[in-house]
Amino acid sequence: MTALGALIRRDIRIALRIGGGALIGVLFFLTVVVLMPFAVGPDLALLTRLGPAILWLGALLASLLTLDRLFTADHEDGSLDLIIMSRTPLELACAAKALAHWLAAGLPLVIATPVLGLLLNLDATATGAVALTLLAGTPALTFIGMIGAALAVTMSRGGLLLAVLVLPLSIPVLIFGVAASQAAIVGPLPFGAPFSILCALSLVSFVIGPFAAATSLRNGLD
Amino acid sequence: MQLSPRLIGHDVRCVRGGREVFSSLAFEARAGEALAVTGHNGAGKTSLLRLIAGLLLPAGGTIAIEGGEGELTVPEQAHYLGHRDALKPALSVRENLTFWADFLGGGMTRPIPDCLAAVGIAHAIDLPAGYLSAGQRRRLSLARLLAVPRLLWLLDEPTAALDVAGQAMFAGLMREHLAGGGLIVAATHGPLGIDTRELRIGS
Repeated sequence: MTALGALIRRDIRIALRIGGGALIGVLFFLTVVVLMPFAVGPDLALLTRLGPAILWLGALLASLLTLDRLFTADHEDGSLDLIIMSRTPLELACAAKALAHWLAAGLPLVIATPVLGLLLNLDATATGAVALTLLAGTPALTFIGMIGAALAVTMSRGGLLLAVLVLPLSIPVLIFGVAASQAAIVGPLPFGAPFSILCALSLVSFVIGPFAAATSLRNGLD
Repeated sequence: MQLSPRLIGHDVRCVRGGREVFSSLAFEARAGEALAVTGHNGAGKTSLLRLIAGLLLPAGGTIAIEGGEGELTVPEQAHYLGHRDALKPALSVRENLTFWADFLGGGMTRPIPDCLAAVGIAHAIDLPAGYLSAGQRRRLSLARLLAVPRLLWLLDEPTAALDVAGQAMFAGLMREHLAGGGLIVAATHGPLGIDTRELRIGS
């Protein structure tokens, strides 16, 4: 546990230092959501209806933006070699890295949501629902994205490849995330059903993500 | 009876990018012995070290440690010091070394200031690693070998970027490691400053 704790602490510390990139995702999220009312126009009802979808899209793209550095940074400076050689199982090390990435880059998106909800004319209930679904859904985006990050690790410009690989797998999360938010705001479906499926997607990704990432890292050795 | 540990490579074959780098390579190192891997550029010195470190898969043959620590694999009993120094420029010298000590050692570690003093960069302990010179970065990487005890040291050009005093310091550290029953496999072009057995690969 010392080893995993050390890895999580190091990754968060690097992300929060200057040039670490933790804030890039939030700034991108902010930009997308702030621009949206200007593009849609002064139709408050339309904004309210689109709000959850805009917030979810922004969060999805923002989380993709920073994921490509998840393993490449460690690969470039040789840290990844030592992590693979260590006595900590690579699957657990991958899970720890994903958790650290979510804490540094995913959680800020959830925290920013209530502020951005104001710009989209969402009331307190709606904003709360979107924030709750993001809290349940963004870990899935990180753990699914980690698979793509591990596959693209040896490529110098793997960012776009990562997006192409990961986006199809992220679509279910997006669908049920937005469905749950809409259910809470306008109904008629109950909030519980899509939200449970969203949580289930997250739980599945916690199991599959680390194993798939560790396997592709081992196969990508060079 | 506890056997003294031996690193044994048997009939090792390495293929990179479809091209055979070397084949039928056999080597052996006993506790307290250093193996100097020599050969021309491209002969496969780094490849051999990465094979032993488990970072490349051998196309044939076996590499094993006999009489080592129980169930652990060869990479788990080894330190690998490659060309890339595994340091994060944003973190301080102390944070970098503390991380590797905690991550690799899991509690069994030497105090960080001791290790830094042993490699002669104790004065830079709170400096971000990004401000270190190439030689200082190398010294910080060497401190990792001291912070966590490991049986086998795999060193790829360990003296690169070290000044004369640094090379002498490092020779002393290697002698200590060997005296304590450790093993060293080092890829090198120049003299290491310790008694070694030469393993020449390539023609």
